[in-house]
Amino acid sequence: MRDFVWFIPLLPLASSVLLMIASSRLTRRSVALLGVGSVGLAAVLTGAVALEFLSDSTPVEVTLWTWMKIDSLAPRISFYIDGLTLVMMCVITGVGFLIHLFSSEFMQDDDSYARYFAYLNMFIAAMLILVLADNLLLLYLGWEGVGVCSYLLVGFWYRDSANGRAARKAFIVTRIGDTAMLIGLLLLLTELGTLNIRTLMQVASEQWSIGDSLPTIACLLLLGGAIGKSAQFPLHTWLPDAMAGPTPVSALIHAATMVTAGVYLIARTHDLFLLSPSAMHTVAFIGIATSLMAAGTALVQSDIKRILAYSTISQIGYMFLALGVGAWTAGVFHLMTHAFFKALLFLGSGAIIHCLHHEHNIFKMGGLRTRMPITFWSFLIGSAALAALPMTAGFFSKDLILLQAYQRPDFGPWLWGAGLLGALITAIYSFRLVFIVFFGDAKTEPDREIGWQMALPLTVLCALSIIGGYFSLPLADVFPLVNAEHPPHWVEIISISVPLLGVFLAYIGFYGQRPRIDSWTKTPLVQRVGQFLRSGWRLDEVFDRIAVKPYYNLANALQNEPIDRFYEAIVRLNQAIHRHLSATQSGRMRWYITSMMVGLIATLGVAMKIAPGAI
Amino acid sequence: MQELVVPLNHVLLVSTLLFCIGMLGLMIRRNIIFILMSLEVMLNASALAFIAAGAHWGQPDGQVMFMLILSVAAAEVAVGLGLVLQVQRRFKTLDMDDADRMRG
Repeated sequence: MRDFVWFIPLLPLASSVLLMIASSRLTRRSVALLGVGSVGLAAVLTGAVALEFLSDSTPVEVTLWTWMKIDSLAPRISFYIDGLTLVMMCVITGVGFLIHLFSSEFMQDDDSYARYFAYLNMFIAAMLILVLADNLLLLYLGWEGVGVCSYLLVGFWYRDSANGRAARKAFIVTRIGDTAMLIGLLLLLTELGTLNIRTLMQVASEQWSIGDSLPTIACLLLLGGAIGKSAQFPLHTWLPDAMAGPTPVSALIHAATMVTAGVYLIARTHDLFLLSPSAMHTVAFIGIATSLMAAGTALVQSDIKRILAYSTISQIGYMFLALGVGAWTAGVFHLMTHAFFKALLFLGSGAIIHCLHHEHNIFKMGGLRTRMPITFWSFLIGSAALAALPMTAGFFSKDLILLQAYQRPDFGPWLWGAGLLGALITAIYSFRLVFIVFFGDAKTEPDREIGWQMALPLTVLCALSIIGGYFSLPLADVFPLVNAEHPPHWVEIISISVPLLGVFLAYIGFYGQRPRIDSWTKTPLVQRVGQFLRSGWRLDEVFDRIAVKPYYNLANALQNEPIDRFYEAIVRLNQAIHRHLSATQSGRMRWYITSMMVGLIATLGVAMKIAPGAI
Repeated sequence: MQELVVPLNHVLLVSTLLFCIGMLGLMIRRNIIFILMSLEVMLNASALAFIAAGAHWGQPDGQVMFMLILSVAAAEVAVGLGLVLQVQRRFKTLDMDDADRMRG
């Protein structure tokens, strides 16, 4: 079974190609069947592989062929499956299938139904290649593949130029990180002579020792790629704008799978990061800083999808924190549970947007609890998991991260405290969302009910968001063991109670007919802080000023072709001379004669002046 | 060597004057007949200078040149008058400024 693992990425890829070629000849029904079915089949195959893996957990390598051979560089098209890959594959195909199913109803009125599924299937194929790759070059292929699909799907409704702008921003900002990552790959190749991940890790641990500068440089370059793709500070500004795409796309690409590729990359190359404590610290600090910044911004947004986007950035910050403190398993665990509950929240918001005439503003919703019960319960469970309330999936993973951060010897308690603050804000903003959207007065009436293709994924994801915390991941062979010592009891108690406090604060702030929060935010200082947070800490403005504007100015200057100006001036001078000279060809004999005479006399005069004796 | 009755310089002065008159006529006149006549004046001015020079140095070359210029002038007038006829027929005028079709 495991030898045929290449079939899993091939299925969505083949379906994508078929949809692109034959889109005009397929009915909507067959498009949906093909698009959803191929991913469903891939999910079933993944499940079979996973079952087999549970009984025999030796990693498998499947080599298909040698991609290219240039001197000593001979990357192969080769897949490698261990516990980490399997977890990622289950998330990608499982959550991917549910989102495909959801999309088949969400997009039913769209003209480009086949194009949508072609892109979405291609994304699944590229993401599977990314996690299955056995060498970094193949991983990079998948990495860029998901970037392209993200670009295509963010700009899916391309008739609105704002969507195209958002798509370009997403592509270019991640590209900055990708470039750093490519340089990192080339550095590893020239220093260690291979790109095969396992060989690379082995050679690196033999050749470099802890604290050397080369592994730090390599790690920071790889980290550059990871923060671009995973939307971490300072390259996170593309993710909120990427919400311009269809909501299931946001659920699949910008919450559950693609944005966690950076986490996967760091987890995959963790041996390298272990060689560089300073790079690990950087990962941890970027993670916690991003987490707090994004949580603060999510607190004041009014667009339902932007709230969830900032929340995604914040949660990936937690994963980075986990990676940075060496809690690899906790990071990947949070990746999985986050995929469940964030996909659930996005699909829930998709259902609301679908039924409320594409309304995004939460203040125009309200009172949806009784009108959309399935959506309400899924949103409630998703928010509880996001806020890490006890017994939900998010609770187990986030708790694990915080406790392991606390056990860091040097500044562990600080990281723990900051993480708790983030958890508090997370609880407040997620229940602010629930209270504003589902309670209070109804402001917009839903115009339709959701069908089974939407309800089923929501239900399954609800279940996963609750029981996902009890899964035990087969990661023991992949990562080194971490310090399993138990922190003091009070640490655990505080970690558990902080989210509850957050929900309580959200309740007194935002629950009811006239939320009390309005009276607290009247002062100008609070208003200004709110404005500052709402703009995403003004980062867009800063980047605009230091990068975008100068680039535009340069492009404008070059558009006028400053060097060509010089040559054009020569041409114009020649043309002017030509015009004047041709005016002397008047066709009048007398004029010719006169000028001949004048010329002759002048020449004679000059000749006499120069050589008086000659004449 | 026989002395001239008129000094050479005087003859050359007259010749120069004649040449200048012819040249001015060439530059100022618009009528093609007058232009031809001015040309003749210029030719004769130079012929006069040759005669005078030949007489001054007692050489026959001056008169030979004069005979040559005379025949050239005759031929030139023949061709020139033919052109004048053509111009008159084509442009219905003898004004050379109107015959400026080769401008530009």
